[in-house]
Amino acid sequence: MKRTSLSSGFLLPVATLAVRELVRFCRQRNRIVGALGTPLVFWFLIGSGFGASFQPPSAPGGMSYLQYFFPGTLALVLLFTSIFSTISLIEDRREGFLQSVLVAPVSRTSIVLGKVLGGTILALLHGSLFLVVAPVAGISLNIVSVISLVGILSLIAFALTALGFAIAWRTDSTQGFHAIMNLVLMPLWLLSGAVFPASGASPWLRWAMTFNPLTYGVAALRWGLHPATAGSELPSLALSLGVTVLFGVLAVWAAAVIAGRTAGVLP
Amino acid sequence: MLSSLSEQPPIEVKGLTHAYGARMALRGVDFFVRKGEIFGLLGPNGGGKTTVFRILSTLLPPTAGSARVFGLDVVRDSAAVRRRIGVVFQSPSLDRKLTVMENLGHQGHLYGLRGKLLRQRMGEMLGRVGLLDRSRDLVEKLSGGLQRRVEIAKGLLHGPDLLLLDEPSSGLDPGARRDLWRHLQELRQKQGLTVLLTTHFMEEAERCDRLGILHRGELVALDTPSELKQGIGGDVITLETEDPVRLRDQIQERFGGEPTVLNGMVRIESRPAGTGHELSARLVQAFPGQVSAVTIGKPHLEDVFIQRTGHRFWEETGERAEA
Repeated sequence: MKRTSLSSGFLLPVATLAVRELVRFCRQRNRIVGALGTPLVFWFLIGSGFGASFQPPSAPGGMSYLQYFFPGTLALVLLFTSIFSTISLIEDRREGFLQSVLVAPVSRTSIVLGKVLGGTILALLHGSLFLVVAPVAGISLNIVSVISLVGILSLIAFALTALGFAIAWRTDSTQGFHAIMNLVLMPLWLLSGAVFPASGASPWLRWAMTFNPLTYGVAALRWGLHPATAGSELPSLALSLGVTVLFGVLAVWAAAVIAGRTAGVLP
Repeated sequence: MLSSLSEQPPIEVKGLTHAYGARMALRGVDFFVRKGEIFGLLGPNGGGKTTVFRILSTLLPPTAGSARVFGLDVVRDSAAVRRRIGVVFQSPSLDRKLTVMENLGHQGHLYGLRGKLLRQRMGEMLGRVGLLDRSRDLVEKLSGGLQRRVEIAKGLLHGPDLLLLDEPSSGLDPGARRDLWRHLQELRQKQGLTVLLTTHFMEEAERCDRLGILHRGELVALDTPSELKQGIGGDVITLETEDPVRLRDQIQERFGGEPTVLNGMVRIESRPAGTGHELSARLVQAFPGQVSAVTIGKPHLEDVFIQRTGHRFWEETGERAEA
């Protein structure tokens, strides 16, 4: 047997695990309904419901709530998709696929990166599809803004998927993950400026929003979608992008460390 | 130097101990496996065999003691160990949403196989397990027996020197079980593959070259199946009766020996071999009307288990090691 060919490599395992995520998704396309449909309904009902009763302080006149809520909904699409991908890790564990990956001669970091990369691509796909609705909200896009938005979306998608993995690695039931999702991930989104601006919130909420990394992701999306009306209240584009990149790096590092320290069989 | 490394035993386990929280799953187990051997670990659920399997496959670090695979420590040198072992789990490890070929493809990539070499290996393995014509089918469309064959093809894809199988026969029909064994024997003969498997089937344990019996985390016996059975040294008589406890006490009183009650029957060993008929006739005569049926047999592995542990194999209701 030729053992020389078994150099473990790093990119090949990463790529193969990422590709698997995409192929699996293509075989269960109804997942797209859950990941896109729910945010779309949220956006339309909440956006229309608040309607004229909401007046964004930063953009006097001009912006409807449907428009204000649009970047937040984009973030929600990414959050939902990354949660679905994260749940796939728990399923891999439960259904047994993960055990054979864990006994293969690949580093835990490449396992994490492969799964996160696959999840990121899927989230990006969903986010980009949701951009198609933008004109309905009266948001005009051009090729430059679409390209920059796709870039921003991929940064946020990567960070959220990696965060999900850091949380899910030691979880062996989807029920357990749902509890964490409602306690951690949903508040993360609610307090990101997605639903309401920081300026009108009570001081302690404003403080929480400042330290919420997703605030900067949503801000970056606002810069991409409404550059003219973004206003002085938002963190600058450079800060928003910087924090989002840092968020992603820290999340994937945490996921890799947790995966590296956990035995193949959960206690 | 290299040659001395390759002569290290495929498996060497010393003082292996593992605790899941407060529950001791292994209490200082020692054994080694020779090259080209099919080594079985027999025991009821909860006996500790799955824990040994997990430690050897690098999924679980032992609490104490050491396990070496070709001289490599499963904790410190886990990456090197992983390269040399093929692992077939009891629970499925295939992605049911992918085809047979896709599953093997990902597996190959994880082991650094790609391109032409990978395709060649996949074809070879699928041919060997007789699944070339199903390679484009989704795994979920295959029967349990065929899925197990894919699992074995997957575990052997990278050409490991040691194959670890956890309960390979569970869920297989007798035909598929025979196929599996023929295949293992062939690999052992042609490629010098070493095999360690866990089982709770006596018939499967009989086929192993050597057998370790695990009971409550301890290795209570270790030898070839025939040596183990000869160790009993006699015939085994089983008596069916209304009141087994009373009969046992009466036999004890009049004949001595070590009659035991197991599963509502009285069991007694008759030494040396060949004296079973005589003793059973005397027993039936001594207690007229009490014995409703007599069985005389050569000792089975189950008798070895009973003798070494004082328990009937299937009575074990301890916690299952498989979480």
